[in-house]
Amino acid sequence: MNSYLLKRVMVLIPVLIGMTIIVFSIIHAIPGDPAETILGQKATEQSKQALREQLGLDKPWLQQYFNYMGELLHGDLGTSIRTKTPIAKEIMPYLAATLELTAASMLFATFVGVNAGILSAWRQNSWFDYTAMIIALIGVSMPIFWLGLMEQLIFALKLHWLPSIGRMDQRNPIETITNLYVLDSLLAGRWDQLWIVIKHLILPSIALGTIPMAIIARMTRSSMLEVMNSDYIRTAKAKGLSQFLVVYKHALKNALIPVLTVVGLQTGALLGGAVLTETIFAWPGVGRYIFEAISSRDYPVIQTGILIIAFIFVFINLLVDLMYAAIDPRINYK
Amino acid sequence: MAQTAINVTPPNVPAEKVSSPWRDAWKAFRKNKTAMVGLYIIVFFVLIAIFAPLIAPYGFKEQVLVNRLKPPSSAHWFGTDDLGRDLFTRVMYGARISLWVGFFSVIASIFVGTILGILAGFYGKWIDMLISRLFDILLAFPSILLAIAIVAILGPSLQNALYAIAIVNIPTYGRLVRAKVLSLKSEEYITAARAIGMTNTRILVTHILPNSLTPIIVQGTLGIATAIIEAAALGFLGLGAQPPDPEWGKMLSDSRQFIQKAPWTVIFPGLSIMLTVLGFNLMGDGLRDVLDPRMKN
Repeated sequence: MNSYLLKRVMVLIPVLIGMTIIVFSIIHAIPGDPAETILGQKATEQSKQALREQLGLDKPWLQQYFNYMGELLHGDLGTSIRTKTPIAKEIMPYLAATLELTAASMLFATFVGVNAGILSAWRQNSWFDYTAMIIALIGVSMPIFWLGLMEQLIFALKLHWLPSIGRMDQRNPIETITNLYVLDSLLAGRWDQLWIVIKHLILPSIALGTIPMAIIARMTRSSMLEVMNSDYIRTAKAKGLSQFLVVYKHALKNALIPVLTVVGLQTGALLGGAVLTETIFAWPGVGRYIFEAISSRDYPVIQTGILIIAFIFVFINLLVDLMYAAIDPRINYK
Repeated sequence: MAQTAINVTPPNVPAEKVSSPWRDAWKAFRKNKTAMVGLYIIVFFVLIAIFAPLIAPYGFKEQVLVNRLKPPSSAHWFGTDDLGRDLFTRVMYGARISLWVGFFSVIASIFVGTILGILAGFYGKWIDMLISRLFDILLAFPSILLAIAIVAILGPSLQNALYAIAIVNIPTYGRLVRAKVLSLKSEEYITAARAIGMTNTRILVTHILPNSLTPIIVQGTLGIATAIIEAAALGFLGLGAQPPDPEWGKMLSDSRQFIQKAPWTVIFPGLSIMLTVLGFNLMGDGLRDVLDPRMKN
């Protein structure tokens, strides 16, 4: 296992370096003069030169890359052109917002997906099975930005059950400690605020979590069906165990292994979807941070935002691989 | 010696009963009800896309400002948007854009992915090493984020969105072809082809490529669904099609602000994206079951 871990991490190093090269090249691949693209055609030569110097564009390419890597390794993520603030400092609250949204979406997707999959397999070919699988099929084909808009229309604008945008009631600001509002309101013992925070989380996390939920449900169903036909389940049934125990205790344990991989991969994929969800629900996360940076041509922010999300994506995938090896003793990585 | 007359006339086999792998696949596909539903949905949208200029009741740019945000009626089946344009017409023309982007971006990804996959799988060594690492790096980014980065470089337009989607999906096909080439390379008939002196190029064109076709067809069909969603997402973020192009994603983002007053402006374009994507997903799943059952899960 240790040698596998080492090998897996070693393989990652060239990938991570490659990712930094791609992200670094974003600004260099802009056709024409990047300084003019960022500042606009009316900018004076003096301001363009100042920006070139600030971004180091006046130096040779290789030197620029090494400088960029050196800064990254020292935790310097560059400075935003728009706000003139260090990105490392500015991005933290955004990152926390994205993590909170992603975690809530995954919780929803896993809980609903796994249980729907189990029930579908348990009651195979029943009306529940058919309905759940049709919903799963539609869920996979649903554009999340449209689902988000429909949720806003129905649950916020028509029924007024839930807030349509934002992370928190503006008139009732939260005392931030970790920037994870659920945790912050718990730490402050403010149950009233916790409820408001959760109400804000529901619609965006359902929008973001629907595709993974559908994929997890389909995976759990097929995995459960496979396990339910195995000999040890027949034995468990024969010795008179209740259906519930057979399904949730015996079958689920083995059926969950492939599901876990899907859960991990989908968590990574959620980070991409977060850009869209955050735009619709005015959720102040990294996705929205990148989106706003694109409209104001703030390339250092675009670079750093993409790099951070991609790094988290890679890290989650690594974690899934390792968990997979740890959970299933039959997997041999020699 | 008694002579026995042996009837050597071949049995009269009707031409249509001769079986071929493709015919068998089509037979099996036809039996798959959900896959056929997918095919019907696709054919429906393809027909709408082709005949949009003939059947659309209005022009997609035609603005009648007195008709702003009118609800669905007999004159405007899907209602009108904030500029008084007929939504039914715009949704129909939108099918052209979405199918065009979906289809051509997948063709481009398959073309480049196949070349890279073959180079990596067939020639191996450092070429394989280089190409496989490139795939790893591209796959390490969430695809929509990489597409956003590419459009941020090239500038927002429908064409650049198509390029971005094509580039992002290259590794999917590249890896598929590479794996197929690797497994085919060790087959005995390839060794035989080599032994009779076939050149590498000829082996590639006559043996390896045709045998790599099935997984590409399956993945390509599912890939069109993904590409359509990605194009709509870029359009929604303002990074794809630009006004007045009736692209479904762009239509959604333009109408967002009127969602409460005129929900139909948001419902119909979104429903069209969902149905088209559903069609390709259903058909892709069906094709996979028929052509390549091992790819399931």
